[in-house]
Amino acid sequence: MTLAEFWFVLVGFLFAGYFLLEGFDFGVGMLLPALGRDDTGRRVMINTIGPVWDMNETWLIVAGASLFAAFPYWYATLFSGFYLPLLLILVALILRGVAFEYRGKVDDPVWRQRWDIAIVAGSVVPALLWGVAFANILRGVPINANGDFTGNLFTLLNPYGLLGGLATVVLFATYGAIFVALKTVGDIRYEARALAAKIGVVAVVLGAGFLVWTQLQHGDLGSLVLSVLTAVALVAGLAANAREREGWAFGLVAAAVVGLVATLFVALFPDVMPSTTDPAYSLTVENASSTPKTLAVMSWIAAFGLPVVLLYQGWTYWVFRKRIGRHSIPTSPQHGAAPVAGS
Amino acid sequence: MDALDLARWQFGIVTVYHFLFVPLTIGLSFLVALMQTAWYRTGDPKFLKMTKFWGKLFLINFAMGVVTGIVQEFQFGMNWSAYSRFVGDVFGAPLAIEALVAFFLEATFIGLWIFGWDRLPKGIHLACIWLVAISTNLSAFFILAANSWMQHPVGFEINPERGRAELTSLWAVLNNSTNQVAYPHVATAAFLTAAAFIIGISAWHLHRRQHTEVMRESMKMGFVVALIFGVGVTVSGDLQAKVMTEQQPMKMAAAEAIWDTQAPASFSVFTVGTPDGQSELFSVRVPYLLSFMATGDPNGEVEGIRDIQRESEEQFGPGDYRPIIPVTYWTFRYMIGFGAVTAALALLGLIMMRGGRNPAEKRWFYLAALWTIPFPLIANSFGWVFTEMGRQPWVVYSQMFTADGVSPLVGPWMVATSLTVLTLLYLVLAVVEVGLIVRYVKAGPPEDDASGPIEPPERDAGARPDDERERPLTFAY
Repeated sequence: MTLAEFWFVLVGFLFAGYFLLEGFDFGVGMLLPALGRDDTGRRVMINTIGPVWDMNETWLIVAGASLFAAFPYWYATLFSGFYLPLLLILVALILRGVAFEYRGKVDDPVWRQRWDIAIVAGSVVPALLWGVAFANILRGVPINANGDFTGNLFTLLNPYGLLGGLATVVLFATYGAIFVALKTVGDIRYEARALAAKIGVVAVVLGAGFLVWTQLQHGDLGSLVLSVLTAVALVAGLAANAREREGWAFGLVAAAVVGLVATLFVALFPDVMPSTTDPAYSLTVENASSTPKTLAVMSWIAAFGLPVVLLYQGWTYWVFRKRIGRHSIPTSPQHGAAPVAGS
Repeated sequence: MDALDLARWQFGIVTVYHFLFVPLTIGLSFLVALMQTAWYRTGDPKFLKMTKFWGKLFLINFAMGVVTGIVQEFQFGMNWSAYSRFVGDVFGAPLAIEALVAFFLEATFIGLWIFGWDRLPKGIHLACIWLVAISTNLSAFFILAANSWMQHPVGFEINPERGRAELTSLWAVLNNSTNQVAYPHVATAAFLTAAAFIIGISAWHLHRRQHTEVMRESMKMGFVVALIFGVGVTVSGDLQAKVMTEQQPMKMAAAEAIWDTQAPASFSVFTVGTPDGQSELFSVRVPYLLSFMATGDPNGEVEGIRDIQRESEEQFGPGDYRPIIPVTYWTFRYMIGFGAVTAALALLGLIMMRGGRNPAEKRWFYLAALWTIPFPLIANSFGWVFTEMGRQPWVVYSQMFTADGVSPLVGPWMVATSLTVLTLLYLVLAVVEVGLIVRYVKAGPPEDDASGPIEPPERDAGARPDDERERPLTFAY
């Protein structure tokens, strides 16, 4: 394996890590109105991800920076080419992050309702657009000899891309519902389970459709094996959910999320952004990567850094392993959040 | 305006905006960690109240720093794809190290700190805020290593075939002499920023004679920190000026708008000049000061813009190598001025505080302290505008022009869209953020038991036998 190939795997690992972790955050955010009947219910949901959403989102920053360092040409073409979708993702992530932190800071229903909207939109939009983006990366986009994207927004909104986006939305919604069931007590836990079963059916249909299309158009033997494993994990996860085995359900759907990313990356290899204009203009693992020198230095840093990161992030999940419920939510608002006299 | 101008405006706006929150995060994380350490050591509830009060303001600010930071990483690829291709092999490495080493640490332990009250052992919980404080400084170091490479590229060679800069030594990039002065300057400025924030808010409460125990302690801390780091920012800035004179002579000449080489050179506090900026009508000057700032010798020679322009043309070919002189001239002065006033206020306040007196009783001092809160923020912003505008027309000094770094096929309307959307979003969030800060400043520190009364858990109707019953979370979103 060349260093560039190793970094292709590593970038895939980082994006898989991102969707593995923020996938259920997106799901929790999307389902806020569906599962959180009242404010306390919504707060239970938000607090299941409260301590971890920021570190989960940081996987995107690390994946993006690694893309820049290891595959500058891929990073440059992707980010300048998918300009408007990325702008929307940025706006969504900004609003969503601020919403988590600020929502409880003022004890006022209108204030909270506005931030709830930000959380829902801020979760649906990136879940959809990341799906659209990755489907289009695999599908190929018009790229000229200089490596620049020559299409526009509508180039990306093709049926395959849109199917990819819808598939990730429902997959993450299912994943989020199963996460809520795993992390809560009380009615919400059972409602989340029931909702996961319903959305899960849609996720299986759309996910299978997307995987089959992927396999027919872009697949090889490796992606075939991974597609099958992904589909099996998703179905088995839903079966576990139906049997009220929450830990298994979560683990299997998580495996399906990772499997989906793995399928796309395996099908993509050895390209990183195929050009539909002329295959000669395609960005590949070899022609889009940094020098072996840079990749070698970065490999050492990743080899020492990543295991430590995984350890302390694992420890964080262990610290916050307990289920929470309506009783966990403090009845009095935060000091300072109550309406100030005379203001 | 074409896509280049719009992309530059966007970079300026989102970066300066992001950097309103960053220095407060860097400085306050350390100061809150110190407060919590004092509480951990002494058990004095005063320090716990300080930790909770300033910690909450820190978090309101922190959230904005986090979310606006994502834009920073994305926009290199979005608006500056040609730049990204040219520099990625070198410039990407410090960014990736920053993300892997610093951001992960920061984002993980901030969550543990926020939600860890009463759940983690006290010592571990204290370690969490220290790790956040350390990681904010680590991230500043790596991002400044990246920026220093743009000011003074080292540890690379140009591959003419690929048309890109390629890394030869990561150590050289991280150990860049530019960063050795830039990082201390930015870090000390960050502490000055946090200190001014604490001083102004403490003064607000002390003027009203409320929460005096907590606020007096806070104000004293603010004065001491402001004074130490006021000196630090001056010394590091002075060292930086000398490095800058050597590495980017045009920037130093442009900072003073000195057109012809002079020895000794005086520093003008302000100047009234002709509209074209090339000759002055009136100025207030400090003799020898510029020579000293630039070279360390009061009689040292400072090269003028005309000479440097001529030399640059000989070296790099025909072109205009001058930044916009009035911008560099005035931003340089505002940076120094706003920073100096902040440090001076701290010195004055510390003197006035002797013998248990309350400087905020004096209305003028209270107002001065309040108005000084934004001064370091303004100084920071002008500092960045100066150093980035002063590098123009280069994006990577001596290697790549800014005009060549922009994304070739991203049209002006697309950049205009993102510029408009982000600016409007940032404006709305600024209003929300400042509103929240004011609200929580007014609310003051929590009374007595900071963790609040613990209420017995209620059984909800749908409870099943397997439900765990526990007391409410100490903190919940």
